[in-house]
Amino acid sequence: MTVLETSGLTITLDGEPLVRDVGFELAARDRVGLIGESGSGKSLTALALLGLLPAGMRASGRILIDGRDYLDAPDRQWRRVRGRTVSIVFQEPLTALDPLMPVGRQIAGPLRLHHGLNRSDAERRAIEWCDRVHLPDPARLVRALPHEISGGQRQRVALAMALACRPRVLIADEPTTALDVTVQAQILTLLDELIEETGVALLFISHDLPVVAGLARQLLVMRDGRLVESGPVDDVLRRPRSDYGRQLVASAARVTRLARPGSVSGTGGEDR
Amino acid sequence: MTTPLIEASETVDAIAAPTRPRRGWRSPSLIVGSVLLLVVLALALVSLVWTPYGLDQADPAARLAGPSAQHWAGTDRLGRDQFTQLMLGARTAVWIGVSSVAVAFALGTPLGLLAAAAGRLVDDAVAGVIDIVIAFPTLLLAMLLVTVYGASTTVAISAIGIGVSAEVARLARISASRVFTQDYVLAARTCGTSTPVILIRHVLPNIWHTLLVQATLAFGVAVIAEASLSYLGLGTPPPAPSWGRMLQEAQSTVGVAPWNVLLPGLAVAVAVVGVNLLGDGLREIGDPQLRTRRRATGR
Repeated sequence: MTVLETSGLTITLDGEPLVRDVGFELAARDRVGLIGESGSGKSLTALALLGLLPAGMRASGRILIDGRDYLDAPDRQWRRVRGRTVSIVFQEPLTALDPLMPVGRQIAGPLRLHHGLNRSDAERRAIEWCDRVHLPDPARLVRALPHEISGGQRQRVALAMALACRPRVLIADEPTTALDVTVQAQILTLLDELIEETGVALLFISHDLPVVAGLARQLLVMRDGRLVESGPVDDVLRRPRSDYGRQLVASAARVTRLARPGSVSGTGGEDR
Repeated sequence: MTTPLIEASETVDAIAAPTRPRRGWRSPSLIVGSVLLLVVLALALVSLVWTPYGLDQADPAARLAGPSAQHWAGTDRLGRDQFTQLMLGARTAVWIGVSSVAVAFALGTPLGLLAAAAGRLVDDAVAGVIDIVIAFPTLLLAMLLVTVYGASTTVAISAIGIGVSAEVARLARISASRVFTQDYVLAARTCGTSTPVILIRHVLPNIWHTLLVQATLAFGVAVIAEASLSYLGLGTPPPAPSWGRMLQEAQSTVGVAPWNVLLPGLAVAVAVVGVNLLGDGLREIGDPQLRTRRRATGR
């Protein structure tokens, strides 16, 4: 069953379109990758799906959550959806956590808000979630501040926070870009495990084709605010229909070749 | 809203104590500032139960006497004990300082937070009001109020409080706006948190330290404003003692009894310098921004 559907989504700033006519849908257990270079409108699309566009930007089109159009819904209605039906994990886990609040309380926040749990119940659930995202010594870790734990651990906390209220859609906005490669692999494995377990639909946003290809089943390619490509991952990778899709696949293949052990290490500077 | 901060420091102690610089609590400005301020507070507190002489107890034989065993700070032109007046003046200064800072924060903080949290229209309106109040000198405002309502402690507190509240509102607005642009506020919104809850859970704990430093500076401003008003005869009306009025009464006899001018002046200086040093020390310890920066460079 479709949980989140958007069609004709257009985002404008002072009449200037930043995202044009984007449409896709997400049902339970879907894994959709949204790929594109920086500035292509990926993150704006994600924010629009939560009704959190920066001031001055306007969205038009349709955003259906459980069949109801939320595009022009007042903030009061959006708040009931955010965190409970649709959640998001951001790129930089250090800035996405309040520096002065113990991480356990940050995970507990949405639980108290949406499920009406009291402080101690919410904290117990926060500890459970720390365990589920494989954080070491959860009972102790929930009392730590964000700067006292590692980047990978912070992203695990952010994942726990996003999934705590059992949303049905998880938007992951470049969740591994700020992490180093080994940690990145661990977080991707965890993400894979969690979405299998919870059945949450995933919208994975990234500029990194190999990362997306490893996790997603469907692929959307965005450029200059438009969707230029969409379909099952294998189809898009084997038979890209747009020029940009072909460039993307070719450059990803080149980077992979350069990164292969034994080959001359490339400059890696040329993205496309 | 002290809970998260207390918990925070506990957690820091428990987990990262070895790496955290603790020298902040031993900074010279914090120690010197605290000592100076404690002297003033001690004078004010002791004056509640004991003073060397009564306020109106004059010794006509010892007019304008210099400091001695009987009169530690000498006497004024009526032969009244100056140390008694200094102690009672400290009480007035602390009382007016604390009350007007309280008034300033009660007015300024909610206004600043409102401006930061609300939309552009409200923000612009509040910013305009703040600018107007800042542009209007506090002393002038006080004179205006005194002309209308007559000189009294309440009028002095209101005038100083309103004058200082504009600075508080400006700082609260700027600090809160900065917090509102942080990712963790966006993250809180994506979890469905409403703006009032974000203000209480995320914004206040993150600007609390900055406001505390501002409170110490505001206290210094208030002490000077009170002394100035009293000097001009617009502050606390007699017979309540005030450092400002001591200065004013002593100025005609400055050639004969210079200590009568020096000592109240010194008292004002000690209170203001003390509270400013304390504020500097607190800023070093407490500012989450400084802490973050230290952390970033420490890695």
